Amino acid sequence: MLEIRNLQAKAGDREILRGINLTVKPGEVHAIMGPNGSGKSTLAGVLAGRDSYEVTGGSVTFLGHDLLELDPEERAREGVFLAFQYPVEIPGVGNMYFLRAALNAIRKHRGEEELDAVDFLNLARKKMKLLEMDDSLINRSVNEGFSGGEKKRNEIFQMAVLEPKLAILDETDSGLDIDALKIVSQGVNALRDKDRGIILVTHYQRLLNYIVPDFVHVLSGGRIVKSGGKELALELEDKGYAWIDDTVAV
Amino acid sequence: MAEVKNTAEHQQAYKERYAALGRGAAAHWPAPVQQRRAEAWQAFGALGYPTTRDEDWQQTNLAPLTHIAFSEGRGQVAPELQPRLQGHPFFDLGGPRLVFVNGVFSAELSALENCPAGVTLLSLNEALASGRPTAAAVARHADFQKQALTALNTALFQDGALIEIGRRAVVPAPLQIVYVSTGDQASCASFPRTLIVAAPESQATIVETYLGFGMERSFTNAVTEIVAEANAWVEHCRVQQEGPGAIHISAVQTYQTRDSRLSTHSLALGGELVRNGVNAVLDDEGAEVVLNGLYVLAGQQHCDNHTVLDHAKPNCRSREYYKGILDDQSSSAFNGLILVRKDAQHTDAIQSNKNLILSADATANTRPQLEIYADDVRCTHGATVGQIDAEMLFYMRSRGVGEQDARHLLTYAFANDVLQRIQSTAVRERLEAALFARWNEAQAQRAGQAAKL
Ligand SMILES: Nc1ncnc2c1ncn2[C@@H]1O[C@H](COP(=O)(O)OP(=O)(O)OP(=O)(O)O)[C@@H](O)[C@H]1O
Ligand SMILES: [Mg+2]
Repeated sequence: MLEIRNLQAKAGDREILRGINLTVKPGEVHAIMGPNGSGKSTLAGVLAGRDSYEVTGGSVTFLGHDLLELDPEERAREGVFLAFQYPVEIPGVGNMYFLRAALNAIRKHRGEEELDAVDFLNLARKKMKLLEMDDSLINRSVNEGFSGGEKKRNEIFQMAVLEPKLAILDETDSGLDIDALKIVSQGVNALRDKDRGIILVTHYQRLLNYIVPDFVHVLSGGRIVKSGGKELALELEDKGYAWIDDTVAV
Repeated sequence: MAEVKNTAEHQQAYKERYAALGRGAAAHWPAPVQQRRAEAWQAFGALGYPTTRDEDWQQTNLAPLTHIAFSEGRGQVAPELQPRLQGHPFFDLGGPRLVFVNGVFSAELSALENCPAGVTLLSLNEALASGRPTAAAVARHADFQKQALTALNTALFQDGALIEIGRRAVVPAPLQIVYVSTGDQASCASFPRTLIVAAPESQATIVETYLGFGMERSFTNAVTEIVAEANAWVEHCRVQQEGPGAIHISAVQTYQTRDSRLSTHSLALGGELVRNGVNAVLDDEGAEVVLNGLYVLAGQQHCDNHTVLDHAKPNCRSREYYKGILDDQSSSAFNGLILVRKDAQHTDAIQSNKNLILSADATANTRPQLEIYADDVRCTHGATVGQIDAEMLFYMRSRGVGEQDARHLLTYAFANDVLQRIQSTAVRERLEAALFARWNEAQAQRAGQAAKL
């Protein structure tokens, strides 16, 4: 469903991605690990359409579309979802109002009927239960005053409501305590599906005990330098990254 | 740009109007009011229109007033504008209302039959002519000696509104004053005058609305005086949505005594050249005032807000929050002074002005000022001029919300706290609707332009 070929991107004059190749098929879970600053969030951002990066080469095809040609909202409507490493607070925009606007934009694009406030709230409550989210989040502004863990949970909650075809989770596990990690993983696992692709960006093997990936890739210096099965994560945990790519200082 | 000139045509037009009023309606007003009218006329003669060399008018050039010899407008709304007026969200808020058309009282459009007990809504001219004691306070508070346009209004107003809220009266529905500048006659000028007196321990919401529909150049020069007596609670909303050719200059003068609470909301949406002054005097201990403002500008609109928080006595509290949203080539000025006089110990004042710029060609000027002569006070002020946050915008788009919708939501979110400070639900909801309607219209216009290109 996702085909990344020799993708290169820079921010300002700085080259960050230097030829990424990655194929994700429906139903697969790919974990991307790698040192700080290696380009993981850049890759996630380029896929979601963040405009602070300039794509300088390569291609990305998503379900037959040239993904790089689409605006961020068009990508979302086609089924791409990015859970942010640092979700932004948006004071004054209600969490539920925003999410309903997003869902309805996607439904409209798919030719489905838009949900009214009541139907939406019923759906949202079901998904909130799955993520054990507090009812008070209904009346709050998007991420405003949320704790770090609440923000990450809110990302997965949004994903559960929007039901994307490709979910990219950028360090959703970072900074979570074990209970929150379990809840978040449960939320993600509930969405595992034969038609859905998932890319997990993480620094920590612990997440992969709860969400077991089909593939693990190491991104370093803007390239995928090694790929393997889930056992690769364990090896990385033992030995760090230096044994793969001796240009990397750990 | 050239400066405004006090041309002979002007002077002649104003002079005739002044004289005609003096022979007509004003001849029946109480002597002290006639006296103030005469002093104001002299003051305007001496001051003339302010120019940008005047420190308080640096940001607002009144040149467009120069070549217009303003005439009086018909006191009637043309039949084709009737549906737009009566269907306007701010025409009927469910309570009693006084309606004026081009400065002339309209009994047909007003609704005075369900006036609650303890409340008086009256044409100011009638109140003055019948010798109603409260009415004689008109022009006692708003300074016509130094403020040229307040002087002009004081000399030339022919009518306006008097609202009295009696002692301990508590009024549930908003009391309304609607001033319509029809804008379908060229160069029509009106000088609405409002006096609101809230007696001790009374409570009311007053909505003063300025509406206009036609495209013609019009000039509204309004002055409102509000007196909140001991322990009174007053919410005052001033909604200005005049037509695209309107020059609108207003002064709101508030005067508060002991323990009174006053919020005055200024919502500036319409007009081309707009200047709103608010001068709030806290003249006895325990008084609190909130100045809450929102200006939403597009096209070539210019809006200048000039506010003074005058802490004259100890232990008073003021809060001022003004926000501006500027699109296209619009421009704004904010000039806010917190003045703490020598006696006003334990003053607690906060002032803030924030501007959201939606276009590279829009400009917002902001100048908060403090003048403090007491030594034990807490005063803070701050001002910002910024744009829509790129990260918030990307976040919303990455969830599927279209760029324009996301911008509207973020713009609305910016304005939201100003709206939430309005306690009257009827007013708040209508404003929310008016803002959304405005943005949708702007979007439709842009889409139309894009389609033409
Ligand atoms: N907009 C930008 N402008 C300039 N440099 C940038 C920009 N975005 C990222 N970078 C730089 O590019 C490099 C890759 O950043 P990226 O955020 O993709 O790394 P990462 O692998 O996600 O790191 P981490 O594990 O710390 O989240 C870093 O050195 C970062 O400082
Ligand atoms: Mg990162």
